[in-house]
Amino acid sequence: MYVEPGIHLMQGDEAIVEGSLIAGCRFFAGYPITPATEIAERMSRRMPQVGGVFMQMEDELASILAIIGASWAGKKAMTATSGPGYSLMQEGLGYAILTETPIVITDVQRGGPSTGLVTLPSQGDVMQARWGSHGDYGIIALAPSSAQDMFDLAIRAFNLSEEYRNPVVILADEVIAHVREPVKVPPLEEIEIVERRKPSVPPEEYIPYLPDPGEWVTPMPAFGEGYNMLVESVMHDEFGHRIGTDHVAAERTIKRVYYKIEKNVEKIAMYETELMEDAEIAVVSYGSTARTSLRAVREARKLGIKAGILRLITLWPFYDKIIEDIASQVRAIVVPEMNMGKIVREVERAAKGNAEVMSLPKVGGVLHHPDEVLSAIKKAAR
Amino acid sequence: MIPESEFENILAKKYMRTEIMPHAFCPGCGLGIIERIILMAFEELGWDEWEKTVFVSGIGCSGWVPLYFRRDAAHTLHGRALAFATALKASRPELNVIVIMGDGDSMGIGGNHLIHAARRNIGITAIIATNMLYSLTGGQMAPTTPEGARTQTTPYGSIEPNFDLMELLKAAGATYLARWTTYHFMQAKNSLKKAIKHKGFAAIEILFQCPTYAGRYILNKPDPRDMLQWFKENSVPLTVAKKKDPEELKGKILVGEFLHRTDRVEYTEKLKELEKRAKGG
Repeated sequence: MYVEPGIHLMQGDEAIVEGSLIAGCRFFAGYPITPATEIAERMSRRMPQVGGVFMQMEDELASILAIIGASWAGKKAMTATSGPGYSLMQEGLGYAILTETPIVITDVQRGGPSTGLVTLPSQGDVMQARWGSHGDYGIIALAPSSAQDMFDLAIRAFNLSEEYRNPVVILADEVIAHVREPVKVPPLEEIEIVERRKPSVPPEEYIPYLPDPGEWVTPMPAFGEGYNMLVESVMHDEFGHRIGTDHVAAERTIKRVYYKIEKNVEKIAMYETELMEDAEIAVVSYGSTARTSLRAVREARKLGIKAGILRLITLWPFYDKIIEDIASQVRAIVVPEMNMGKIVREVERAAKGNAEVMSLPKVGGVLHHPDEVLSAIKKAAR
Repeated sequence: MIPESEFENILAKKYMRTEIMPHAFCPGCGLGIIERIILMAFEELGWDEWEKTVFVSGIGCSGWVPLYFRRDAAHTLHGRALAFATALKASRPELNVIVIMGDGDSMGIGGNHLIHAARRNIGITAIIATNMLYSLTGGQMAPTTPEGARTQTTPYGSIEPNFDLMELLKAAGATYLARWTTYHFMQAKNSLKKAIKHKGFAAIEILFQCPTYAGRYILNKPDPRDMLQWFKENSVPLTVAKKKDPEELKGKILVGEFLHRTDRVEYTEKLKELEKRAKGG
């Protein structure tokens, strides 16, 4: 049923499918789009083998609504797309946020704006992932850097979405989606899977959006289980009822869907560091750019420059503290990104002026050359 | 809030979330009649059918209809109810999935989802409440607004022809189709019962009176009773229409059961077969 434990040569787009199935994903809806199509293709073959449902929808507006519907049918559900489709999905994303529906969305980033650079990588959607849908909300976004990450983070994404009853975005890019490299699949019993919490009280005592003290979210029943849910896209109170112009109840709901993510940043944030112990120059990087950056940091060490790397795995919620810590240690922070400089704004904010922050933007659909990152490190070291 | 004791209406007590009533509809609005049509159908189908029924709606006045029913209900986004409902049905084929949409919701912003749900022949019952304009936003032109009609966005008269939902869905692949008005209360209820039991995509269009906007702007009949009278006088049963020539039927509302096909396999049945094939069975 699942891919055997062991080491497999897998494409990123394949690894994310196998990870998702192990995480319990039993519904996939999508629409073909380069460079995410392989995910839908493999899902169409694999999903019915594990007793799940694959649906090719008429567009991305439908795809995201379908996975929300499947989630309320009690299934773990996912869609995968790229920039143009992700733009369409911002509509449904807001619905999932306000109704606190666990879903996983994979955005295999390609170059934009518009139809843009169809087959080339980009990290241009990182701010869209945070702020793309209208209104205020918390969101979780993870940035894989390898096929292994595609496998591991798929599982992590489903777990987080169930734990926080919130959409989780996997911000891959064309390079990571198409890279073919060894992926280690651990034995099933070693993989942590978070299952959906179901209400333990009878329907008449269940308040759909009033978490118990100390909790951020409520258990979630499926449709047809007798809880008479109101899955309301209009601003609602703790009962799921429309609240019209009751600004006090609206404020409570909005603040909860914002803070349930932002206040749990320490639990959600994942990152890796290398050669940071004595570093004077830090490269803060994510996604496929982190691979180039690591090479550049190692080259810099050979030249006697004390450089290190912080790879952000969780982009949102943004983990200010790790940047603050690094900024108090190093002289300068270099932020290479395949965009005109987006996450660098967050780094600059979190660094609070304690280190010089240098943006290293790259657009047009090509990875940074390690030498470009190295020259930035050299410049920062002067 | 209306006290429970004042809900003498047995249907309301039995099926509705009386604690959030009175409802938000304008005085004289036909959506209350559509609610009653739905509940009467279930009164006859029985409690077991009701217990396995879930509702999905979109945005617009019609989107509020199922929120008053004491059942699982998703008030989704404008036009997207069928996408949500499709996945719900595909994941839980044993449920009766009833989708309630307005004319703008289903044929305007949600037109793509509508034709594809019909093409898939997925076992959803779609109730399309048609009032000939966008009413929640204050009376603008809809895809069902008659050509020439004045609305808030067609002050010189609409220059666009209107959709014929029955013809549209027949071509798209639906397998049960009926159209009635709120005047044809019993017929609508009977068709709805058939639609709920039908295996395949079933759609019932119910023209309802919107005295606030369609009544005032399109028909010059701000009194809901006059609109019902207009429905009565301007509708022609399909059986009668067959004997008339097209000129006589211009501007009339054809009502009746338009289609009942049993030759197309329902989508979730095919899904089950597909799963067997995938598992090598």
